[in-house]
Amino acid sequence: MAKQPYVKKEKGDSGNPKEDAIEVMATVIEPLPNAMFRVELENKHRVLAHVSGKMRKNFIRILAGDKVAVELSPYDLTRGRIVYRYK
Amino acid sequence: MAIQLRSAAELEKMYRAGQVVHEVLNALRARVKPGLTTMDLENLAEGIIAKGPGKAAFKGYRGYPCVLCTSVNSEIVHGIPSPKRKLIEGDIVSIDFGMEVDGYFGDSAVTVPVGRISPELQKLLDVTRQSLDRAIEKMRPGNRLGDVGHAVQSWVELNGFSVVREFVGHGIGTKMHDEPNLPNYGEPGRGARLQEGMVIAVEPMVNAGRPEVRMRGEWVAETADGSPSAHFEHTIAVTANGPWILTRPKEMTGPAW
Repeated sequence: MAKQPYVKKEKGDSGNPKEDAIEVMATVIEPLPNAMFRVELENKHRVLAHVSGKMRKNFIRILAGDKVAVELSPYDLTRGRIVYRYK
Repeated sequence: MAIQLRSAAELEKMYRAGQVVHEVLNALRARVKPGLTTMDLENLAEGIIAKGPGKAAFKGYRGYPCVLCTSVNSEIVHGIPSPKRKLIEGDIVSIDFGMEVDGYFGDSAVTVPVGRISPELQKLLDVTRQSLDRAIEKMRPGNRLGDVGHAVQSWVELNGFSVVREFVGHGIGTKMHDEPNLPNYGEPGRGARLQEGMVIAVEPMVNAGRPEVRMRGEWVAETADGSPSAHFEHTIAVTANGPWILTRPKEMTGPAW
């Protein structure tokens, strides 16, 4: 019986670091150069966040005051990735 | 994980398992004829297994339902025997079978013509079997896995066929599928070095058309373009005296199948 070496893994243990992120709500404080934003998390922490590639591709504009969802890497909690803008 | 090395005593046990596999495949091979269903082959195999030692290795492996894999024409591997699948003149059927005897495994496969087949199909069978012969010849201490894979790939592609990438040969011993993986393609001089005592199931799967695979359900792999596919396999031990084919009697020499 032949062996099938590349068995598909369940989502979440694919080894892709993006899937380990923690998603939190935040408010945009100010836009910064290089498509970065200073955002304030619900727990009042202020972190530097960039816009996810998927949002940039779809031209989702982000302004100061917007409510956004931010993903934080568990390894560097001072930076985040904006993955959704709420209307 | 490291590749297991087998002692002479272990190889003897694997040879015993291999002999049962050979006995079953050889009996089935002689029985294949138009009008038989793949389930008839399954039943014949069950009958032979019941008389001897050990148990069939595939049945229950990750939920596989049968003792045989019977893959007809465009099916590459892991075709499930069925009373509805009747063999007709001009088909080719790959019969793949494994046994566990005394804790050790043997695994082998042969593709058999059903009645008279076209010259193109005969060439596919010949080239696939020859690629297995060439691969076995490379199963010597000091060679690398890439040498074995390359032996298959170069011969197959020289003849205008293609090798399946999604399924591979495998180490075998106290488990049916063990380290290492042995793809049927590769570059000479690459991959793990073969050592005395390694045991690997070498199994070229060759498509007459393009190499892509399509899955039908959980098990059955067919060629994406519907072209016929052949499959030959032996369990080979690497020894100081060269390759030892565990899934056929020691007295047999010459081509693998």
